[in-house]
Amino acid sequence: MQRSKRLLAATLAIVFSGLAQAAQAQSEIKIGEINSYSLLPAFTEPYRKGWQLAVEEINAAGGVNGKKLVVVSKDDGGKPADAQTAANELVSSENVAMLTGTFLSNIGLAVSDFANQKKVFFLAAEPLTDAITWAKGNRYTFRLRPSNYMQAAMLVEAAAKLPAKRWATIAPNYEYGQSAVAVFKKLMSEKRPDIQWVEEQWPPQGKIDAGPVVQAVASANPEAILNVTFGADLVKLVREGNTRGLFKDRSVVSFLTGEPEYLDPLKDETPEGWIVTGYPWYSIKTPEHDAFLKAYQAKYNDYPRLGSIVGYETIKSAAAILAKANSTDPEKLIAAAEGLSVPSPFGEIVFRKIDHQSTLGAFVGRTALKDGKGVMVDSVYRKGSDYLPSDAEVAKMRPKE
Amino acid sequence: MAFYFVQFLTGLASAASLFLVASGLSIIFGVTRIVNFAHGAFYMLGAYVAFTLTERFSGAIGFWGGIVAAAAIVALVGVLVEMVLLRRIYHAPELFQLLATFGLTLMVEDLVVLIWGPSDLLGRRAPGFKGAVDFFGQNIPSYDLFLIGLGPLVLGLLWLLFQRTRWGVLVRAATQDRDMVAALGVNQKWLFTSVFAVGVFLAALGGALQIPRDAVHHAMDLRIIVDVFVVVVIGGLGSIIGAFVAAVLVSELNAFGILIFPKISIILVFLVMAAVLIVRPWGLFGRQEAAARRTPGLTINPWRPLTSNERLAAVAALALAAALPLIGGNYALTVGSEIAIFVIFAASLHFLMSVGGLASFGHAAYFGLGAYGVAFLAKLAGLPMILSLLLGPLLGLAGAAVFGFFAVQLSGVYFAMLTLAFAQIVWSIAFQWVAVTGGDNGILGVWPESWAASPAHFYWLSIAVAALAVAVLRIIVFSPFGFALRATRDSPLRGEAIGIDGKRIQWTAFVIAGTVAGVAGALFAYLKGSIFPDSLGISLSVDALVMVLLGGVETVSGAILGAIVYKALSIWLVSQTDLSKLVLGGIIVLIVVAFPKGIVGMLETIRQRRPPTPPKSALLTSGIETAE
Repeated sequence: MQRSKRLLAATLAIVFSGLAQAAQAQSEIKIGEINSYSLLPAFTEPYRKGWQLAVEEINAAGGVNGKKLVVVSKDDGGKPADAQTAANELVSSENVAMLTGTFLSNIGLAVSDFANQKKVFFLAAEPLTDAITWAKGNRYTFRLRPSNYMQAAMLVEAAAKLPAKRWATIAPNYEYGQSAVAVFKKLMSEKRPDIQWVEEQWPPQGKIDAGPVVQAVASANPEAILNVTFGADLVKLVREGNTRGLFKDRSVVSFLTGEPEYLDPLKDETPEGWIVTGYPWYSIKTPEHDAFLKAYQAKYNDYPRLGSIVGYETIKSAAAILAKANSTDPEKLIAAAEGLSVPSPFGEIVFRKIDHQSTLGAFVGRTALKDGKGVMVDSVYRKGSDYLPSDAEVAKMRPKE
Repeated sequence: MAFYFVQFLTGLASAASLFLVASGLSIIFGVTRIVNFAHGAFYMLGAYVAFTLTERFSGAIGFWGGIVAAAAIVALVGVLVEMVLLRRIYHAPELFQLLATFGLTLMVEDLVVLIWGPSDLLGRRAPGFKGAVDFFGQNIPSYDLFLIGLGPLVLGLLWLLFQRTRWGVLVRAATQDRDMVAALGVNQKWLFTSVFAVGVFLAALGGALQIPRDAVHHAMDLRIIVDVFVVVVIGGLGSIIGAFVAAVLVSELNAFGILIFPKISIILVFLVMAAVLIVRPWGLFGRQEAAARRTPGLTINPWRPLTSNERLAAVAALALAAALPLIGGNYALTVGSEIAIFVIFAASLHFLMSVGGLASFGHAAYFGLGAYGVAFLAKLAGLPMILSLLLGPLLGLAGAAVFGFFAVQLSGVYFAMLTLAFAQIVWSIAFQWVAVTGGDNGILGVWPESWAASPAHFYWLSIAVAALAVAVLRIIVFSPFGFALRATRDSPLRGEAIGIDGKRIQWTAFVIAGTVAGVAGALFAYLKGSIFPDSLGISLSVDALVMVLLGGVETVSGAILGAIVYKALSIWLVSQTDLSKLVLGGIIVLIVVAFPKGIVGMLETIRQRRPPTPPKSALLTSGIETAE
């Protein structure tokens, strides 16, 4: 008796929720979101919290043009082919208005190619590769995070002031590491024709054998080192480097290391004085960021990582684009997004018409140890718009439509 | 000069870490013949548990006690796994245990994130070994010196254990001839359990000892497992000294190799393994394996072609599948196409494994080569889709012809590892040769032409090719060539005696399997519209193995059902939950325990047990029939 009642109740519940869903579909607007949740939880967990906060805020404020915003999120397992399956499901079965997300560059590119082929609007959140907006850019793809080139340009500005003339590089052996080093070298050599590149090390991503790498770099006796490794590789490199004295009396310039995702695991072994890009959430004193920080800490009782900012701003931007277009037609979305200016915790950002890159910037500062934890000090926000090549150069790199 | 000496010592320290883990794997394999894919997972668990213990109990005793306790705790987990799971499947076909340990690995990867959180963890430095020793201006971390000492110490202890104890004598006997040891009345159950415990203890100890120099995170297992396998194989399976020498060799070559070629690390171990295996087919210290006494499982259940009724049923099932566009939406059709492509891929590996008796660990190489072949033809040469589809797989054929020639000179796990090495070499070329392959950013924009662009058309194309490929492979199985291949598999000596050139037959089979995999890859490139190096990667090769094992190795076409079940399940789970690995791993472990012959193998057994019962419903049998 009990059981059959429960069964009946469950059936009714399913039927009603189905009906309710049908009714809701009229009054809601769906965004499809894809990311490497199972492969890169350290980065994607804070990212997810960020976009969930944005969804909550948007719906509390009345949704997008009166419609409730719904984000349908899928895991890609870190594989481009699976990301495409997910994108297909979101577009064909869930009928989302646009695609967002992705972390790894090759997955971002795979989804952007899918978007181009199927004529779907795609807002790439985190992939850093320059190709996604330039060499392999397409009209359906926009990108939020400051690209490899932009971060390199920000770091070069600080690095060029160093007296060091002999430089070594350590970078993971894949596209991200290769293009980061290439852009950094190019921009640096333009500003400082007098410097020499004396050593390069290319450990495989995620599999650095740090001891020999550190020893090899030290033997070249550089005055400064460019590091592009991150995550567990960075931890190993820093530990070996500290023990072997690699960083003593040498300047180090390092991509992304100031992001809490990568800085916090270093704890009391954080090397001091590295010039890094990152996100010092504890020392940003602007009203926009204060509001975000308060809301984030109130909801999660945790501090935000850079991923939280990216997730939050991705959905805020997506909502702004949808609101302005007042349609889910991809052509109207593109028209709305081009040149659109959106508020962000880092201040106003613009999605450029010329290459669909947002002008979100990054903080550049130095690492320091405080109470046994790594922090960024002397950090300054660098606007993305100041670190992009001229329009003529960009137009040359982007394929003609 | 001081620098080279210090670099040498650094290499030795890396070798010591590698050796600890590799020795455990070598011991387990030598005795139980289990290809323990979960060895990396135990290594990772060792690191996580040690992290927790050393954070809680500080001080020298807390730290070192924590390290040893962590290894012991994980060894207990290993014992549990062996008793509950592996014991049930020792009599399953070879490599089936690989499937079980693969399922476990998937589960552990998600479990550590659930338990310890997603962030990378930084363990304590070892008390007393925090600094570095100055050697003519070069710094050597004292912890490295500790590891350099520990490696030979463990080697010595293991040697004593194996040479000077009764247990060691039994283990060595079992390594040489398991059946004889069992026949002499040794309790194999406990011997296996204890060996497994020792192996897991060493893996966990290796992981725990990494916490002062590494970050503890949820991908540690993948980082080490393949390298460890390679080290074990280079050294010779079951040889502890071999594992030690191989670890030193690989680590030193890496330490000095990066001075000349900074990008060498990514491929070095595989180059070394390929070179060693071509020169010494059983590794440096390995010996030719005694011919295994085959269980007569295959002869009990002789293969036969489909009867005409079964053929009709297969056609009916195909027609049913072809009707999917009537009810399914675009997403269902795209997933259907993907499954059809993986049916082709799995069937090609299954042909090599079940008919040829050659288990390849690098079958994705030919899949990926087919896909890259299409991408080159379509993007660079601008050929039309039909031509690209026809010619693209030729790249897979060419790859299989070259690598197959060397691979078929070996057998068993050595064969498998050489195919893995070749696959990794191809992968690294695709990964590194950015100018041609686009590196890891891949080749984009390989979309089908308008006649095949709609999901329904592409789906029909895929299942038509799949049906054709499966039919051709079945025809080959029951052709004279197929019989010759089976003869070589079952008894190379007798085959040779009646005039069969075994190596040439196996090589031909390898090329056939590689070409069919290339066909699957060619379709895959058009399905996805882009191609990335991970289509050549280890995880895809493992996926194919899992599909074949899931379907049942000892069947004619079990891989078809294996591919459908595995692919559909994993696509569905990834879409439904972030914990897809945990659930998928759990399901695989359950299937392993419930169907030790694979799904199709089990269905066949059930059918044979009660032959007179008429089929219950046409639909059900048609599914089974086509799957055979």
